[in-house]
Amino acid sequence: MLRFLVRRSLGALVILLVISMVTFELFFAIPQDPARLSCGKVCTPENLALIRHSMGLDESTIMQFWHWFSGIFTGRDYSVGHCDAPCFGYSFVKQEMITDVLLDRFPTTLSLTFGSVVVFLLFGVGTGMLAAHKQGKPADKIASSASLIASSMQIYVAGPLALYVFVYATDWLKQPAYIPITEDPIAWFSGLLVPWIVLSLIWTANYTRMTRSSMVEQLSEDYVRTARAKGMTGRSVFLRFAWRGAMGTIVTVFGIDLGTLLGGAIITETVFGLHGLGELAIRAYFDSDLSMLVGVTLVAATLIVVFNIIVDAAYALIDPRIRLA
Amino acid sequence: MTNPTKAPEADELGTADTLAPTDAASAPVFRGLSPGKLMWRRFLRDRTGVVSAAIVLLFILIAVCAPLISMIYGKDPGTHYGQEDVTLLTDSGLPTGPNGGISADFWFGVEPGLGRDVFMQLIYGMRTSLFIAFLTSVLTTALGVMIGIAAGYLGGKIDYFIGRVIDILMSFPSQIFLIATMPIVVSLLVASNESQPVWLPFVSVTIVLTLLGWMGLARILRATTLSLREREFIEAAKVTGASPLRIIFKELLPNLWTPILVQSTLALPAFVTAEAGLSYLGVGVGEPTPDWGRMIALAADYLRTDVTFLLFPGLAMVLFVLAFNLLGDSVRDAFDPKTKR
Repeated sequence: MLRFLVRRSLGALVILLVISMVTFELFFAIPQDPARLSCGKVCTPENLALIRHSMGLDESTIMQFWHWFSGIFTGRDYSVGHCDAPCFGYSFVKQEMITDVLLDRFPTTLSLTFGSVVVFLLFGVGTGMLAAHKQGKPADKIASSASLIASSMQIYVAGPLALYVFVYATDWLKQPAYIPITEDPIAWFSGLLVPWIVLSLIWTANYTRMTRSSMVEQLSEDYVRTARAKGMTGRSVFLRFAWRGAMGTIVTVFGIDLGTLLGGAIITETVFGLHGLGELAIRAYFDSDLSMLVGVTLVAATLIVVFNIIVDAAYALIDPRIRLA
Repeated sequence: MTNPTKAPEADELGTADTLAPTDAASAPVFRGLSPGKLMWRRFLRDRTGVVSAAIVLLFILIAVCAPLISMIYGKDPGTHYGQEDVTLLTDSGLPTGPNGGISADFWFGVEPGLGRDVFMQLIYGMRTSLFIAFLTSVLTTALGVMIGIAAGYLGGKIDYFIGRVIDILMSFPSQIFLIATMPIVVSLLVASNESQPVWLPFVSVTIVLTLLGWMGLARILRATTLSLREREFIEAAKVTGASPLRIIFKELLPNLWTPILVQSTLALPAFVTAEAGLSYLGVGVGEPTPDWGRMIALAADYLRTDVTFLLFPGLAMVLFVLAFNLLGDSVRDAFDPKTKR
């Protein structure tokens, strides 16, 4: 198990290195002047020269990458001050250290993700198992059609619709906003309620569909039939055999989804006007804040890769065939 | 997987044609059906599949015939009717009539602000969505098939390399990356001082979606090819001296049609929503080309005053995606009745 984890972690490090290189090279190799872009709307020649120098644009891109990359581990000095490790660079548009901005935005994305994950995982997997259990019966048909309809909803359709129904037309719930839980737990909860409802609805539907189909698949496997044939009760066949087999798929998809969600759901955050990592990314895009975009991308990619490793480890725990291979 | 060497069994599932006996004395003649015909029969028996196929076809028909509808309806998507006729919009840019200004003249209402016809915007917007989604599906399918088969069939170093490329691409945060690669693709296509031609957003959105959309199919095909490669009929072909190209096209590909078709049917609605998502964020196809995502984004701004503008593009999109997802499920069931869900 340890060897497995070490091997996977090393592979993940290589992937992250490649991703940061590709991201950096792509964004900074665009045939536009990054210094001019990073300079913002009011750009004096002195400012431009300053930025050019800070960005090290007179050096080769490989060296630029190296400065940036080593800065993540050792920190870096800018003309505006020292940037402690982990240093993702300095945003000239926002005039702030990128690490500080990221840390400032992350709690919003974390809260948004956490609240909906709890709901969709419990309800989605639960409903999916129920549907698989009652396969072909009315309960299954209702669950399947409802989840199919809900999963065809897009967040940019369901989100504004929910805002209209719950907030603008009826005033039942509050306009989405992020208030830190440490400040006011009740305001934190009520501020995120509408986004949670919408995210949960769509994701519950996806997880219901996925759980149901992998359970149905497992239930038709030979080993399940053998277990039944040797006289095991339906309950233990269902929970101990089929469920364990289906869990692999669910855990895999869940890990990827969690990493993606934590890296910032751009559309969700835009729909509800929440200032998380996703909203930061799209702002950075519109402001042509390349160093910020690189920073967000790398953080998001890291989250995806880290959760992939966790998933692999969990998968190996669930399924001995993977562990021993 | 349909095994081509196995003869179809005559059974009550309609896997064989029962021909009327030519004369009274002879027994009914059984004729085997090709896998394609079998699939078609199973599909026709699936009522949900047929209905959703009809809805999808209707959408496509409307999109294709949009100029014709525009002629009959007497309006076009570009004209700012609200500015030509000052009675249509109030000073703040909202339609004067109730329900978003729905009337006999404007079936789905008038767009707030510019005062364009919502019905025309909707059906022309569908053209944008469908065109990009179809093109992207075709391209990702072609790319996925080529790369997947190459990885699975050639194996070794090439397989390893392709596997790692897929790993890396899948680790990219896709939403951020879609957005971040847009300006790069655009800057590669035209020099920044040139004016942007009309086709540019179409092409760049298609390229970006294709670049990040082929991995799923390639992975599936690689796995299937790997298992097929060791099968007897491939070995037999090799022994008889068939060239690798012949083996790929005549032996492998016919066995891969099922995953290819199923995956690309399921991918198309995903591209429709991805395209709309990009333009919702203001990154995709821009003005003046009509687009569903941008219609929804505009509707979100007017949400407090009137929900009508959201309903038409929103419901149209949900209906289309739902119908296409159902169609995808039915296609899968028809091809592979074992996985009937």
